[in-house]
Amino acid sequence: MSSLAGKTALVTGASRGIGRATALALAQKGAQVLVHYSSAAAEAEAVVNEIRALGGRAQAISADLSAADAPHKLAARVVEIVGGRLDILVANAGISKAAPIEETSVEDFDRLFAVNVRAPFFLVQQLLPILGEGSSVVLLSSLAAHAAVGTLYAYAMTKGAIDTMVKHFAAALGPRGIRVNAVAPGVVETDMSNFAKTDAGRDFALGIQALKRIAQPDDIAGTIAFLASDEARWVTGDTIHVDGGSKL
Amino acid sequence: MANLTNKIALVTGGSRGIGAGIAKRLAADGASVAITYTRGADAAAQVVKEIEQAGGKAIAIQADAVDAKAVTAAVEKTVATFGKLDVLVNNAGTAIPKLFEETTPDDIDTMIGINVRGVFIATQAALKHLQDGGRIINIGSCVGERMMTPGLVVYAATKGAVKMFTQGLAREVGPRGITVNNIQPGPIDTDLNPAAGDWATPQIAATALGRYGHVDDIAAMVAFVAGPEASYITGANLTVDGGTNA
Repeated sequence: MSSLAGKTALVTGASRGIGRATALALAQKGAQVLVHYSSAAAEAEAVVNEIRALGGRAQAISADLSAADAPHKLAARVVEIVGGRLDILVANAGISKAAPIEETSVEDFDRLFAVNVRAPFFLVQQLLPILGEGSSVVLLSSLAAHAAVGTLYAYAMTKGAIDTMVKHFAAALGPRGIRVNAVAPGVVETDMSNFAKTDAGRDFALGIQALKRIAQPDDIAGTIAFLASDEARWVTGDTIHVDGGSKL
Repeated sequence: MANLTNKIALVTGGSRGIGAGIAKRLAADGASVAITYTRGADAAAQVVKEIEQAGGKAIAIQADAVDAKAVTAAVEKTVATFGKLDVLVNNAGTAIPKLFEETTPDDIDTMIGINVRGVFIATQAALKHLQDGGRIINIGSCVGERMMTPGLVVYAATKGAVKMFTQGLAREVGPRGITVNNIQPGPIDTDLNPAAGDWATPQIAATALGRYGHVDDIAAMVAFVAGPEASYITGANLTVDGGTNA
């Protein structure tokens, strides 16, 4: 039903966690996937090999998205590889840093906004020439954008910016047939969330949540793959919460 | 991709429009489907026939959404027929578009009775049977969150109630492994809101994609939320409106 056969996809931050699960999910449904990574080349190659082993098409591409010109260079590489058409952009790459308000440095704040906000904004901008009717952009929001959880102040604000971007980009790009949505995960067991692996972290996450389990990356990837597909052709401007019912 | 093989679904208001689209899609994905209807016996029979011709299983049950006994009996008949219940889709709803000051107490009672009380009654009946993995899927509206036009004050208030009902119940039944979600359609081309009607022009203008949605667009989201890939989504309001609320 939700086949992605013949579609081209770029997933940023795809060497591990939610990005990795998303790259695999898109490839399983038939998409050709560009597996972007920042520094984990071996892990990215492992994802590529896993996709190829399943009979899919994939290629790893690197870019340090904290650099101001990285989205431009990455977009140029994507055009070289896929040619004139990108069907799916999952701007998943992100960084997180927990710190009390007093201990948040200007450098950390700027780096969070560079990777989590500036990079997706300019990546969409630079890829617009090859996005078109039926293309789907999926951004990564967070439970933290909508509710106070942990000491993730600067990180949470970057995700609030993503929700704002979703609304405005959906309205701006709708007339071109390009859909823009976000997925807002709650606590997911990934490298980014060491918190979820501690007893205190698990107790906290389950305490604010309706379902009594911590999310795995696949729980998020399924929704991203749905949004990427033509099944979601009437869904745009939405942030879908995939958080087990956290802070309802 | 038979996502819903061996699942049993009940779709209220399943004889036409969005409900009929949902019923056919869930059946196409492998579920056995019961639909309720109020007056459209022929239309309901036609939905059942289409599902059966496609190789699926379906039954139609007459049950007005405001009639608590009939709705509860419909849930029981679904379970008696198919052996269990996995998915309840609270789709039955009505709108009486009028300016608020012209809306009568009877209009108010009708909309609250079907859109809110009817959802409560069907859900209570279904919860007696839903097990771990069960799904309650409410059909709210994009106007449950954001308002584009006059004339839908009470209707929007009932859909806002559905939204908070969804979040409240999700918290309560989450520990049993049952998810509760609210799908919020924007303008969808149906008999009640035709894409060619007088009301259509401002609604199309409010969308980002510049057109009406199709019942299949809502049915696809219902099928996704009913399926295994959405097992971690609960208490969520999933808007399917072509960008109306953006």
